[in-house]
Amino acid sequence: MNSPGTHISRRWFFEQCGVGLGAVALKSLLAESAQAAAPMVAPMDLLAPKPPQFPAKAKNVIFLFMAGAPSHLELFDNKPELKKFDGTLPPPELLKGYRSAFINPNSKLLGPKFEFKKYGQSGAELTNLLPHLSTVVDDIAIVKSMVTDAFNHAPGQLLMNTGTMQFGRPSMGAWVTYGLGSESKNLPAFVVFSSGKKGPSGGNSCWGSGFLPTVYQGVQFRSSGDPVLYLSNPEGVDAELQRDSLDSISRLNQMHLGVTGDPEISTRINSFEMAFRMQSSAPELMDITKESKETLELYGAEPGKPSFANNCLLARRLVERGVRFVQLYHEAWDQHAALVKDIKINCQDTDKACAALVKDLKQRGLLENTLVVWGGEFGRTPMVQGGDDGRDHHPNAFTMWMAGGGIKRGVTIGESDDLGFNVVKDKVHVHDLHATMLHLLGFDHTKLTYKFQGRPFRLTDVHGEVAKQLLA
Amino acid sequence: MRLRRSLRFTAGAIPLVSLLCLYAQNPPDYAREIQPILEKNCYSCHGEKLQSAGLRLDQKQSALAKLVPGKAAESEIYRRVAGMGNLARMPMGGALPAAQVALIKAWIDGGANWSDTVISSAPKKKHWAFIPPVRPALPVVGNAAGNSKWVRNPIDRFVLAKLDAESLTPSPEADRAKLLRRVSLDLIGLPPTPEETDAFLKDKSPQAYEKQVDRLLASPHYGEKWARHWLDGARYADSDGYEKDKPRFVWFYRDWVINAFNRNLPYSEFIVDQLAGDLLPNATQDQRVATGYLRNSMINEEGGVDPEQFRMEAMYDRMDAIGKGMLGVTIQCAQCHNHKYDPLQQEEYYKLFAFLNNSNEATAAVYTPEQQMKIAGLLRRVREIESSLQHRTPDWETRMATWEASVANNQPEWQVVRPEVDDISTGGQRYILQDDGSLLAQGYAPTKHTVKLTAKTSLANITAFRLELLTDPNLPLGGPGRSIKGTGALSEFRVEAAPAAKPDAKPEPVKISRATADINLPETPLEAMFFDKSNKTRVTGPIEYAIDGKDETAWGFDAGPGLRNQPRKAVFTAEKPLANAGETVLTFYLKQNGGGWNSDDNQNNNLGRIRLSVTNAPDAVADPLPAGVREILGIPKAQRSPAQVQTLFGYWRTTVAQWNDENDTIAALWKQHPEGSSQLVLNERGKVRETHQLIRGDFLNPGKLVTGGVPSFLNPLPAGAPVNRLTFAKWIVARDAPTTARAFVNRLWQAYFGIGIVETSEDFGTQSSPPSHPELLDWLAVEFMDRNWDVKAMQRLIVTSATYRQSSNVTPELLARDPYNRLLARGPRFRVDAEIVRDIALSASGLLNEKIGGPSVYPPAPAFLFQPPTSYGPKVWNNSTDNEQYRRAIYTFRFRSVPYPMLQTFDSPTGDSSCVRRARSNTPLQALTTLNEPLFIESARALARKTLSDGGSTDAQRLNYAMRRVLARAPSAEESAELLQLLVKEQQRFADGKHDPKLFAGVDSAQTAAWTAVSRVLLNLDETITKE
Repeated sequence: MNSPGTHISRRWFFEQCGVGLGAVALKSLLAESAQAAAPMVAPMDLLAPKPPQFPAKAKNVIFLFMAGAPSHLELFDNKPELKKFDGTLPPPELLKGYRSAFINPNSKLLGPKFEFKKYGQSGAELTNLLPHLSTVVDDIAIVKSMVTDAFNHAPGQLLMNTGTMQFGRPSMGAWVTYGLGSESKNLPAFVVFSSGKKGPSGGNSCWGSGFLPTVYQGVQFRSSGDPVLYLSNPEGVDAELQRDSLDSISRLNQMHLGVTGDPEISTRINSFEMAFRMQSSAPELMDITKESKETLELYGAEPGKPSFANNCLLARRLVERGVRFVQLYHEAWDQHAALVKDIKINCQDTDKACAALVKDLKQRGLLENTLVVWGGEFGRTPMVQGGDDGRDHHPNAFTMWMAGGGIKRGVTIGESDDLGFNVVKDKVHVHDLHATMLHLLGFDHTKLTYKFQGRPFRLTDVHGEVAKQLLA
Repeated sequence: MRLRRSLRFTAGAIPLVSLLCLYAQNPPDYAREIQPILEKNCYSCHGEKLQSAGLRLDQKQSALAKLVPGKAAESEIYRRVAGMGNLARMPMGGALPAAQVALIKAWIDGGANWSDTVISSAPKKKHWAFIPPVRPALPVVGNAAGNSKWVRNPIDRFVLAKLDAESLTPSPEADRAKLLRRVSLDLIGLPPTPEETDAFLKDKSPQAYEKQVDRLLASPHYGEKWARHWLDGARYADSDGYEKDKPRFVWFYRDWVINAFNRNLPYSEFIVDQLAGDLLPNATQDQRVATGYLRNSMINEEGGVDPEQFRMEAMYDRMDAIGKGMLGVTIQCAQCHNHKYDPLQQEEYYKLFAFLNNSNEATAAVYTPEQQMKIAGLLRRVREIESSLQHRTPDWETRMATWEASVANNQPEWQVVRPEVDDISTGGQRYILQDDGSLLAQGYAPTKHTVKLTAKTSLANITAFRLELLTDPNLPLGGPGRSIKGTGALSEFRVEAAPAAKPDAKPEPVKISRATADINLPETPLEAMFFDKSNKTRVTGPIEYAIDGKDETAWGFDAGPGLRNQPRKAVFTAEKPLANAGETVLTFYLKQNGGGWNSDDNQNNNLGRIRLSVTNAPDAVADPLPAGVREILGIPKAQRSPAQVQTLFGYWRTTVAQWNDENDTIAALWKQHPEGSSQLVLNERGKVRETHQLIRGDFLNPGKLVTGGVPSFLNPLPAGAPVNRLTFAKWIVARDAPTTARAFVNRLWQAYFGIGIVETSEDFGTQSSPPSHPELLDWLAVEFMDRNWDVKAMQRLIVTSATYRQSSNVTPELLARDPYNRLLARGPRFRVDAEIVRDIALSASGLLNEKIGGPSVYPPAPAFLFQPPTSYGPKVWNNSTDNEQYRRAIYTFRFRSVPYPMLQTFDSPTGDSSCVRRARSNTPLQALTTLNEPLFIESARALARKTLSDGGSTDAQRLNYAMRRVLARAPSAEESAELLQLLVKEQQRFADGKHDPKLFAGVDSAQTAAWTAVSRVLLNLDETITKE
């Protein structure tokens, strides 16, 4: 049993120590700017909600990362000419300086494998692989003119996540939580799920904090069992023992605070309290049995069976609980061979849940404040790999879609050439995507900076332009 | 906007006034604090190039005209930057941060002191860190409070001088027990045992503390603690990074670093060994292993990479690591363009780069000292037997010459063909054509593939095809295969022929009637690492296995340790000569199916470097003479070295039938050769690789050719020194290198005090934060060099200073005045590094396995982390169940893409890139880890058991014992009451069956379970994981 005094002291610590002794603020005052490096500061302060640089619609992000790189030519980018030239060699001038991963670039063209149709009032073109997405096309913006610099998975995923192919830089989720802090007191600010055949090629660095304080790194959640490592009490520890232990730890730390006067001890006390709250809030979050039957069906989610669909539903639940940045990796799209069969399966695994997420966020009024982004690290070659059922990695043109959070509804922007090889209109480089996402979240991407190694770094490095056509 | 908010936020807590007080007696220094602000914000309009409104702020006369010394409020410069009055606020681009405005105010109010010696601009003053340090005079200290008695060594004079200037006094010396815990954690990373604490408390001699310091510096655990700091900057990890992130072998390097600290290798040699140990005369295995520092770069071996692209990435990574970790200068920016702030030109970056660019990405077989002795013994035995053969056979030279004459010209002429590679057939592996016509396999290594190679030849009537397997320094252990031992297996060899004139003609398979090779081993099952889940019997054996039409049998050429990494060859004879005339297209299919099931792990068994040739000679067979022997035959007898003669003899004797017994004895000796391990190393290429300045850092866009050289703002290269990596290494630790010694002593300081004298320990350039104690930094740097780079001497100096020995308790006033303890009016107090968090729990509980060095270990971790979709591919992590799991955390296996959770949660870097300054967070995930992670729970259980068995007979005694194991001190009365209350309550609840003691404590005892609960609380205290 807890004594009343315990409750009071716990609440006191949470309320009083959350803002600490102003260590962060003091640092800011002393430092050159409020964004300066601060190695030793309290996490509560670092994660406190912060207003953006200018008023913005998007407050949260759900990034559906289709790792492995989906084929734009089988899903979004209708190329009748490519069909016409199926089996012929590409024009030599296209291949000048072109590097590919596996194939000899001078390989025969491969016509699209699926039929396109126009959907919705906006008339967006999709293949019949995406029957569910076709029902929300008027709520999303399709970008057919994405461009990246990488044609291998790990560098491509790093570039998409951190703005560079090199390791060691913060991920966009880290940048966003650094800029905006967290609205959740009981859950991490940046949560990552993974489903599919493999883990992401870029590993932990895809959601790393780079040189930013480590509190901004993504926390990987598991779709079954303990969502966070070491969340459950050890065997044989009941709720009361856990509470008694935490109270003892807290009181002993408090005594020691009295001796040493180091405010870091207050932060530690706070961290333990938040850990305790997380022990109940995280399982509550993961318990999708409380969702209505309609909702579960909408997503195709099944309690107890880890899936991309469950993760989409959890993403909504996370955003509802104030989690700033949610990233779902689904590694399955690397169709060098068995393109037709595998891409069908992938779409079956993901299409319904992606569309459901847009619908569900919309019906709950969350879409307005939540930016949803769908896409992989690059596209696929118009040229064939192997016999006639595979495509290689292709950085010059690919498709992504976005929704909510200030994104224009029901538009398609950008165009690739007749073969889907190069972008010919409204090019959106990965850096431009980042600039646009930050803009939607209320940041001038050139001003969200962090000083490291003597210079201000930013997500977009020295690049990036906001894709204005995408803004509502 | 953000700044204003935080100002509002703190206005209540820390009045700006109190900050300004800081400067009241000690106005900011122009050169160090003011000039950088003006340079950064004002010079672009009011400087050398442009003088808007006629103002030049980089010239004293012009600038002073715009201010009234002593009166900031009347000075235009201040009024404009503070936004006072009606004129436009400066700078135009946005207001200066309040702290900088305050600095300018304090400087003007303090008299606007602008020493003529630091007149900036033309010629621009050299940044302080780029001028070699000179030994500063020791400050005279001794203020009214008589603080000079406090001084124990020169460090304290500098610290005290600053405190005097700030009107602060040092804190009293820390309580002895606390001090011992602090210095133990700092020097060896382990808390003192109760016995060590007792011994120290009982020792009343004046040198008691120094004796403890000497004990700790002599402990082998010292190397473990300090190696970890270095390994952060060396981006050490046990896997190769990127997608597959395969395990690799670098722990010999880790152990080398530990040993280097333990044997107190001078820092200058420590650096030279790591950058160029392989180039030292008669380089030892240790010196070669040290070059693993450079090889710690990641390698991308996902399918379809361009290996050159990632070699360049690795080169950039090496430059970055040397910049941050050795030079303390950020050089990465100049990869793409001239450094924006520091005087580093892009060309100079590539000149430095050129020193490193001439190496092979090699791995070496390495052996422990015991294994090395064993090998030496074997080789001695072999030599003895060979000598005795020679001794017994006085005419051996004549006989060998006869043999030599018989084989000298017995080889047919072979024509090398230069094949084209069918990209689809390689499974993503790259076959890179070499100058000699061979193909070197690089990049991704599929475990099963059949490469298709097409070559044209004009040789008519071809009778046979030769496949050479060549060694290459870039292959594992030199090859000739790509398996982790440098071996491989050829499952099938096929060839087709077609006339070039008829491109559409169906190629005719060539019937191979016979195959010969210079090595034919008995049938052997494939090793376990090549298990492919097929449950078929898969074997290697003689060359016939490559033409038997069976995928499960392959030609193997693994001659065992010490012998396996040699070139090999096979010859495939056509049943009848090809009836080809004119140009012929030959298509070779080399099936390599000897690998395992997991192509994301080290399971390939591929050929590494191959060369194909054809002949029309009749009866061509594989030359039984090894390539090395054949090479010696090409050297005129008079010019052969004794070693070459011995090698020749070593082969010839195997052909002499009467020596079968001796040959068998020698073969048996070789079988005893230890396997050893492998280690990534560098070695120098024979043919110099050209280095170009890369336009925008793009390796596909080479600019002008550059050769090795150093930036003009740093120390020059010694005149006449050869332009190589060794010269570069020595240049870094030259006596006139301005940043090297400073950077290292600063990192020592950072480890002790939490923040370096220069906070940005990776960057001493013009954008770095100004040093808190510039003279102290220089004094330490010069002292370090004068003491011949003696690291332990510097450690001793720091930990025996009065500065270090201060209590870390802090008053609210001092905290407000100096929140980060930059002034050092108190001792350091902060959470220990991730590895030490784990080590403290293991050590306090008595579980710690103190073994030093060896392969990395696998303490418990959840299995799902290492399986998709969490990990990219399946990884092997077999939880250690024996006491290997209780090794110090420095030995935990480090996968870069799947960091060990406990270490990651406590901010241990992943090794993706060099890190010389760790973040230090304090998060709920850390709390969950120490509360619930299995090894922490096990530590709590072990501490409870130990407390009950060794801790005395009363609960008070036991508590005292447990607390001393964890915190090296006894509990206060208040703490005792708290913990005993918990003990009593939980013991009752366990006894009442409220919860199961066995589940929690591992034994069915309410008492043990209650003590486990108490131990768990102790291990979770802030103080436990804090150095204070």
